Amino acid sequence: MNASAAYNLAFAAAVCVVCALVVSSSNVSLKDLQEANEALEKQRNVLVAAGLATTDERLSPAEVDVRFRAIRPVVVDLESGQTATDIDPDLFDQDAATADIETSNVAPENAAQVRRVPHHVLVYELRSTDDDLELVILPISGMGLWANLYGFVALDADMETIRGLTYYDHGETPGLGGEVDNPRWKSLWPGRRVFDTDGEVRIEVIRGRAGAPDTDPFRVDGLAGATMTSRGVTNMLQFWLGAEGFRPYLERLRAEEGV
Amino acid sequence: MALASKTRDALIDPLFNNNPIALQVLGICSALAVTIKMDTALVMSAAVVGVLISSNFFVSALRHLIPTNIRIIVQLTIIASLVIVVDQILKAYLFELSQQLSVFVGLIITNCIIMGRAEAFAMQNPPTLSLIDGLGNGLGYGAILMGTACIRELLGFGSLMGIQLLPLTSEGGWYTPNGMMVLSPGAFFIIGFFIWALRTWKPEQVESE
Repeated sequence: MNASAAYNLAFAAAVCVVCALVVSSSNVSLKDLQEANEALEKQRNVLVAAGLATTDERLSPAEVDVRFRAIRPVVVDLESGQTATDIDPDLFDQDAATADIETSNVAPENAAQVRRVPHHVLVYELRSTDDDLELVILPISGMGLWANLYGFVALDADMETIRGLTYYDHGETPGLGGEVDNPRWKSLWPGRRVFDTDGEVRIEVIRGRAGAPDTDPFRVDGLAGATMTSRGVTNMLQFWLGAEGFRPYLERLRAEEGV
Repeated sequence: MALASKTRDALIDPLFNNNPIALQVLGICSALAVTIKMDTALVMSAAVVGVLISSNFFVSALRHLIPTNIRIIVQLTIIASLVIVVDQILKAYLFELSQQLSVFVGLIITNCIIMGRAEAFAMQNPPTLSLIDGLGNGLGYGAILMGTACIRELLGFGSLMGIQLLPLTSEGGWYTPNGMMVLSPGAFFIIGFFIWALRTWKPEQVESE
């Protein structure tokens, strides 16, 4: 059908309005379910990083709850490293805290391209029945090739041996950078060490193959065909485990535990 | 009678005679990517069938109103909206599978089959017939996907729909998984064999030299 420019414009506008209505109403009506799924996925990843679940295990919400009982969410003041006792971890909204200029700082220039560092971060501590720290699970994020990767790294009670690393949200290319999800690659992390003798973050994802954790503790195999994603993983570990990130918190725990 | 046979052709033709993957070689990208396991292939097929049926229906219903010179972008807007809705539904109700399908649900927007059917069929035919054409093409796409996924999952993991059928050597059984089936080239070979088989059965599909 050949029509006037006015008709074309009116028709295009009408199609856009109808489509926008359809898309936004589907988004609004499904949002609660999607957010519940995402929250559960995040909890699952905390368990995987902590070694309390494997990637292949498809845990139901009830099973996640049971395994999560040993894990205590804690809100930490990044600068002092102290627990922020005035904030209830169950009500704490990390995304909002990171986005709000009142509760976050502009990050110094960094390779991980982290833009804002929140004053407070929600971390997870796993303690034994007599309150000895066994594990901390820390959120990490940073730029890969296409988008930010969001994940967790778990450290043993010595605050320098990695227990596990996972990502629950990323936009990397499936089959290349997307292999950060690969259980075989994730299984290379446990037992690696983060810090050198000066306390600097030394762990890195290299090109090619690294040795076993006990002979080659500071390096992890690169992802084939995903140089930028591999670098992104290194950069975000360096940032978040460094002075701008969790170092004060880790130092406090180390002092408390007498490591 | 003539109408009934036209309806039947619209449904049956894309399955074997004019299969979107095997004859037209469209939609190959997703056919390689999501056919490692049958459950992802099934969800992807269902998503494509859903999008294809609705996009054909709506484009056909609007075909007398769509201005010729902006028809492609109008079709694309309709298709993109439908794909986003499907993606939202999967994220709400089939979260794990939607994680595994990652970008490929969103990429249905660029699946040539959908645009192709909207432009080649729905713009010329009434809504009901277009809907059936969408169903037929969706099923034709889905049939190849499921067939490929069936072979890849069985040879690559020794399982079907996640149920272990061949005991793996890594768990004390006798079956050593074929690693190539898990990689994209595996799908290339299987789809190639499908095309070969189909053209042996129906030699009229072979292009003239």
